[in-house]
Amino acid sequence: MATNELVLALLRQGPAHGYDLKRDHDAWFPDARPLAFGQVYATLGRLERSGQVEVLETRSEGGPERTVYALTERGEQQLRDWLAEPAGPAASSAEEIVRKTVAALRTGGDAAAFLARQRAAHLRRIRELTATPAGADPAARLARDHLVVHLDADLRWLDLAVERVAVAGRRSDDHAPATSEEAIR
Amino acid sequence: MTDPSPAPVLEMIGVEHAYRRTVALRGVTLTVQAGEVVAVTGPSGCGKSTLLHAAAGIVRRQAGTVRLLGEDLATLDETARTRLRRRRVGIVLQFGQLVPDLSVVENVALPLLLDGHERRAARTAAIEWLARAGFDEDADAPPSELSGGQAQRVAVARALVAGPAVLFADEPTGSMDMLGGEQLLELLLGAASERGVAVVLVTHDNVVAAHADREVRLRDGRVETEAVLR
Repeated sequence: MATNELVLALLRQGPAHGYDLKRDHDAWFPDARPLAFGQVYATLGRLERSGQVEVLETRSEGGPERTVYALTERGEQQLRDWLAEPAGPAASSAEEIVRKTVAALRTGGDAAAFLARQRAAHLRRIRELTATPAGADPAARLARDHLVVHLDADLRWLDLAVERVAVAGRRSDDHAPATSEEAIR
Repeated sequence: MTDPSPAPVLEMIGVEHAYRRTVALRGVTLTVQAGEVVAVTGPSGCGKSTLLHAAAGIVRRQAGTVRLLGEDLATLDETARTRLRRRRVGIVLQFGQLVPDLSVVENVALPLLLDGHERRAARTAAIEWLARAGFDEDADAPPSELSGGQAQRVAVARALVAGPAVLFADEPTGSMDMLGGEQLLELLLGAASERGVAVVLVTHDNVVAAHADREVRLRDGRVETEAVLR
């Protein structure tokens, strides 16, 4: 995950301390795993050493000391370069859902029942995502849309798998020898 | 003694239907409870639209029983079925199916006017429903001037104006892009849920289906699987 660049993007909104960055990140990606504090500070440390962020001030205001970070020109440039590059299309045939489906088919289990259960699980996840309002923030909505569209792509693939299993089933029925009962009749 | 479970709004038992050459339904059994949203899905030609038409009494089933809002449709004549649909059933199809010779507001008021409501009251109710449906164009314009999305909003207003107990929707977002479809679906299901209206939603779109409480998936005119999504 491009945590470095995400932290740069978060800082692009203005100087902030680690807690602000964590909170903003979690608001940008409400359905993703929350960013751990440890990860925020480790990333800020890395970015500071490479000159992409700088310490603006250290406030204490009675509470624990808080370091406020700001983007440097080098950090701005890195962010621009990152956004100028398209992300690598990442479809993998080794994803869990593909592994399980192929394994279900190869091991001769009840593939149709497996596919039906997987379909229901995906539909329920989409239902959860669309039922909880993402609020008016379009960026939070976008991250959620991405999940929904990918789940939909999985579902279309599952539908195709069901069709292939059904067609294969019909074909093997055609070639199967008649049962003894049919032979007698 | 009170009945713990209210009567279902729709009961289909062993329903069969065939067109001239093709068999569309081969014994479908389906129950829909009050306020429930049921998605009917399945590959093209699986019989999902025929199921909706048989449930709404638009086509007559050839075998089996369809009980809609407690009425066995086979025992009702055409007039009685039309009256039942007009008063208690809302229908939304893929392309709005508005009456081209009537204005937008007249289209929405139509179910009330046909049912003998006073003209002004019907118009007022229609205008209220158009606003609720997010229709923000000239209500006196003919439907031919509307975009697909606006026409669907009018169709939703028309389907709900008479206060139905059940809404049948056949690919209501099928002619819309994803964002427009999502808004229409939120409107349709939101209005239905506020009023406890049951919805039978025929769709080929998985994301649309995921809004339902239950999915009934058809294949070759039979129920293949059912899944509770709630």
